[in-house]
Amino acid sequence: MGIHRGHRARPLEWLAEKFIFLVSLSTILMVFLIFLFVAREALPIFFGNADTALVQKVIPPDEVDKLSPAQLREYLELTPQQFATMDKETLKSLMEVKQEALDEIPAKFRNDPDARINTTEWKYLLLPHQWSGYDKPEYIWQPVGQIQKYNIIPLLVGTLKVTLIGLLFAVPLAVGAAIYVSQLARPRVREIVKPTIELLSGIPSVVVGVFALLIMATVLQKIFGYQTRLNAFVAGCALGFAVIPVIFSIAEDALTSVPRAYTQAALALGASRWQTAWQIVLPAALPGVFAATVLGFGRAIGETMIVLMVCSASVMSWNIFDSARSITTTIAAEMAEAVSGGPHYRILFMLGALLFAATFVSNMIGGVVIQRFKLKLEGKR
Amino acid sequence: MNTINPPQYLPETPQAGRHFRAEKFDFWSFFFSGLTGLATLFILGILAVILTNIVINGWSAISWHFVSTIPKKDFFDARTTGVLPMIVGTTIRVFVMTIFVIPVGVITAIYLTEYAPNTSFVTRVIRAAVNNLAGVPSIVFGLFGLGFFINFVGKNMDALLHNPSAVWGQPALIWAALTLAVMTLPVVIVATEESLKAIPPGLREASLALGATKLETIWRIVLPQALPGIMTGGILAVSRAAGEVAPILFTGVAYYMASLPHHVTDQFMDLGYHVFVLATQSPNIEQTRPILYATVLVLLMLTFALNIVAIIIRARMRKKLRALG
Repeated sequence: MGIHRGHRARPLEWLAEKFIFLVSLSTILMVFLIFLFVAREALPIFFGNADTALVQKVIPPDEVDKLSPAQLREYLELTPQQFATMDKETLKSLMEVKQEALDEIPAKFRNDPDARINTTEWKYLLLPHQWSGYDKPEYIWQPVGQIQKYNIIPLLVGTLKVTLIGLLFAVPLAVGAAIYVSQLARPRVREIVKPTIELLSGIPSVVVGVFALLIMATVLQKIFGYQTRLNAFVAGCALGFAVIPVIFSIAEDALTSVPRAYTQAALALGASRWQTAWQIVLPAALPGVFAATVLGFGRAIGETMIVLMVCSASVMSWNIFDSARSITTTIAAEMAEAVSGGPHYRILFMLGALLFAATFVSNMIGGVVIQRFKLKLEGKR
Repeated sequence: MNTINPPQYLPETPQAGRHFRAEKFDFWSFFFSGLTGLATLFILGILAVILTNIVINGWSAISWHFVSTIPKKDFFDARTTGVLPMIVGTTIRVFVMTIFVIPVGVITAIYLTEYAPNTSFVTRVIRAAVNNLAGVPSIVFGLFGLGFFINFVGKNMDALLHNPSAVWGQPALIWAALTLAVMTLPVVIVATEESLKAIPPGLREASLALGATKLETIWRIVLPQALPGIMTGGILAVSRAAGEVAPILFTGVAYYMASLPHHVTDQFMDLGYHVFVLATQSPNIEQTRPILYATVLVLLMLTFALNIVAIIIRARMRKKLRALG
């Protein structure tokens, strides 16, 4: 008995508590399921089970007896059940179909050495390859056509390019505004400015995309005078605008949570407000500002619609005034036309898994840094 | 005569007491303070430019006919087009989403604030999972919806029900809503948790002291007090979900549908996706521009109105709780 709650005394209460606990585990389950199901669709790429070679090795139908049943089944791409129901004649005619299919491929491709390779191997995903018709090895992402080229390096470069431009634009502005709002502004100004900047995060990214497409692209082109109107630079600036509220609110939070005593001591010693903010508060809040940047990076790398609307051509180039195609854009634009279960579909899922891993790591780093920072300020470390 | 001169006092300096604090004008302090102020102004300025640009351009193109018409196949024509199915589609998908996300989110928040031992391993893992879920890119949620809800749950449901053709195993309203529910789960959890934490512990202690059980206390005392906070969380989730396009791209949105969705397995048209289509697929961008702006304005009004309502509720709740505490 006693006063501590025990399940014997109140079975319903005990049940309800267990239910609440189980439901609260659903977030863990969801993170786990996301990883599992995105990775599951990408598994054949990781294990090298997908094959895109246009021209397979053809075995003449007469040699049907020379093959073991397992080899034959694999060659004809049959399931064990299908294979069991077929007699030798059917198998032979299937092999003939296969040979005829090869003959139907235009001679141009049949004699192309590229048609014989499996372009989903890691070698072709990551390293440059000299495709026929090109004079030097190149990184190419070209998933449509007879010979599909899946080199993901242009996409990685495009993603980094756009994300870094976005951060270079957003971090100084957001941190500057955070210093101003938390340290220098009058309380009344702060009360208006802070929610207004946070309202910015309520603007859907398609709307920022429309603005970038119609207004920003034209204005920036007039200022910088580059050739292509829609390029990585415009996309990066628009992206920066979408991550400003994220960086601002975390950095502002960190700066505000620095103890008042620090500020008061500095001011009493004769430092100006700016000197206090720059030499005392900012160094104390630096981990928080760093975490804000990392979390902003995670947000920027995963932003889809803005980049999708502003630029889309996949070019391998570090020039910021060229077009770029990010990972998110590629998934969004190409998933509709990818055949479910085909190599293109698998590669898009693999890119998704890559993205998930990247944001998972950046969120972890950001979260841990913030937690340590808070503990330190509370004097627990 | 040897008179004693009156003592020589220091010259009277009437202002001496007033500017002892900033004897010298510090140029760099002024310069950098101004710089941060400019950064703030710049952000506010761009926000103002975006909003006024959309409101001015959108307002002239918006009309009752525009928001109440189901468009024909060619919706790029400014005279006959309308956005009724998009408004309906977006509303239904976020409504179905709230049915799933609010109970799960609220229960999780109750566990975290009322029951969870603060230092235990499980609590820390749940918190880490909430944080991570909040940072997963929206397009990855789209892939998850396709890989899990459609290709796994939906296909298996079709197999179990012996459907001759795919009913559940294809993009549908319900799968889009569920994908969004997973995405907005952290929003609801964080907002509810915040409002639960703001309730003074005295209320709980009083209830427990009168003999109520923990569950009764939560149900009768804590939850009614936290209701505004839960509503805020729900509204923020809805406003976030209403503007998201990436997660629904592969899970249920349709480029064009002749009628409104009738069943949860139907596809639907969506405001955000329609904005994207109008902006990028139009054969004549100059002609489409007015309806593009009008559609953006409708979308913004929907999400902003919700955001402002959430901000007001939250402000009132804080004031009330301050009075209570």
